[in-house]
Amino acid sequence: MALKSSNKSKIIYTLLAWSIGGMIFFPIFWTLLTSFKTESEAISSNPSLFMFDWTLENYRDVLNRSEYFNHFWNSIVISIGSSLVGLLIAIPAAWSMAFVQTKRTKHLLMWMLSTKMLPPVGVLIPIYLLFRDFALLDTKLGLVIVMTLINLPIMVWMLYTYFREIPNEILEASRMDGANIGEEILYVLLPIALPGIASTLLLNVILSWNEAFWTLILTAANAAPLTAFIASYSSPEGLFYAKLSAASAMAVVPILILGWFSQKQLVRGLSFGAVK
Amino acid sequence: MATTNSRSLARLMLFPSVVLLLAWMIVPLCMTLYFSFLDYNLLSPGTEEFIGFLNYEYFLTDPAFFQSFFNTLLLVGGVLLITLGGGIGLAILLDQAMWGRNYVRIMVLAPFFVMPTVSALVWKNMLMNPVNGLFAHFATWIGMTPVDFFAQIPLLSIIIIVSWQWLPFAALILLTSIQSLDREQLEAADLDGAGPISKFFYIVLPHLSRAITAVILIETIFLLSIFAEILVTTSGGPGFESTNITYLIYTQSLLQFDVGGGSAGGIIAVIIANIVAIFLMRLIGKNLEG
Repeated sequence: MALKSSNKSKIIYTLLAWSIGGMIFFPIFWTLLTSFKTESEAISSNPSLFMFDWTLENYRDVLNRSEYFNHFWNSIVISIGSSLVGLLIAIPAAWSMAFVQTKRTKHLLMWMLSTKMLPPVGVLIPIYLLFRDFALLDTKLGLVIVMTLINLPIMVWMLYTYFREIPNEILEASRMDGANIGEEILYVLLPIALPGIASTLLLNVILSWNEAFWTLILTAANAAPLTAFIASYSSPEGLFYAKLSAASAMAVVPILILGWFSQKQLVRGLSFGAVK
Repeated sequence: MATTNSRSLARLMLFPSVVLLLAWMIVPLCMTLYFSFLDYNLLSPGTEEFIGFLNYEYFLTDPAFFQSFFNTLLLVGGVLLITLGGGIGLAILLDQAMWGRNYVRIMVLAPFFVMPTVSALVWKNMLMNPVNGLFAHFATWIGMTPVDFFAQIPLLSIIIIVSWQWLPFAALILLTSIQSLDREQLEAADLDGAGPISKFFYIVLPHLSRAITAVILIETIFLLSIFAEILVTTSGGPGFESTNITYLIYTQSLLQFDVGGGSAGGIIAVIIANIVAIFLMRLIGKNLEG
């Protein structure tokens, strides 16, 4: 009897959760579906779910606007480039804070996190003018610099929390064996912390890929990543739903797949340790 | 000896991060502060002069500022209300026994990974368009007049889009927190004959309070700077109806080239964000100790 009632509630919860989840996912699902329709089917007032002539024409059209590859490449260079540079700077800092703690470590860490809370408009004009004067406007290099700096606090923070989980004794043992600090980090710390470093990298690639303030403001035709390219569909091209969908799908699907692998890191990285 | 050695080494390794962040934060911020006291327009370079607090006076007494300030409050408040309400509901639901929970979780989480320009344009064109959008088709189908979202309710439309993007974040953090709830406490309450409502208010909600505070503060920091969603949907219009402070400063600085006024606005935005940040830092500080 009790079993039956718990089974019944399980069915109800399952139905409820799937329908709410489906509603939340719907806009993405609809975009994917529309990307395979013809333009006339895409705006049909009687849209059909699966019974339409599936076509790859939109993807071909979007890719034939040859800049698409250019923008896709920009997104890859900016997000992966800034994450790698960021790691190079953040790993030594996180090592120091995790293994050579002083009284100031906590304050330093909190100060670093606080820089992430500075609203971008507070530094908008100086950055714009400096970029103009140093000829960094609309360059990939400029965006790699900005992305590295805005994500550096999160990288240091995440690496710090991963490093803290490594027992200090392991590092001390390597020091006893005469390893210098470079060897200690390279051969002892990095292999142990590799999963943590990988997820830090992953989360930062995602955050930089989707960043849509500086990428929109500091780029034009040359260095614009996909965020800025898609923004150009604002009007009137946005009314070609099927092409908009195909361009969107290609911009979103890779990062969606990476995102599903990084759920846990998302909580860790973006909650600044406020949630355990 | 070894410790002093490793101390100075540690300082050396911290150096790049600290210097870069310091430069990134202090240098431009000081420049913004300096510009905010100048009459400085990019269209007439070389004519800058010191005008004291006049930029602040203009910015703060501009009716556009009041409207944007109010819009910012509505935007942040509205999104917080929707994402927290929905997030708590989803967290409790996803905590129940069910089939395929991981798949539901993946679906719920997905919007967070969609880049802001894509989600804004997909909602604007494919769902909310008054002629060909899916909502308009649906309204016609049930015999209602379609709503022209961005003309009639521009700010609310943006609130809906942004809430869709941030609901996953709230739900995920609250779910993480709810899963650490002591099950025995709930079972004990069951034995004492507590109903679901009193269990929610006396056990679940207090347990979630810390996570809820964190969600509020973190979302507020990010929501104060909403930009792309406004740029690609309404460009702040009609009039200033969907302009927030961030967008107002952007138009003043980079569309009207008024560096002085834009900088004054930037400093005000920093002050507003700092008020929230202080509370967030306090929460983080407590957790770092505990």
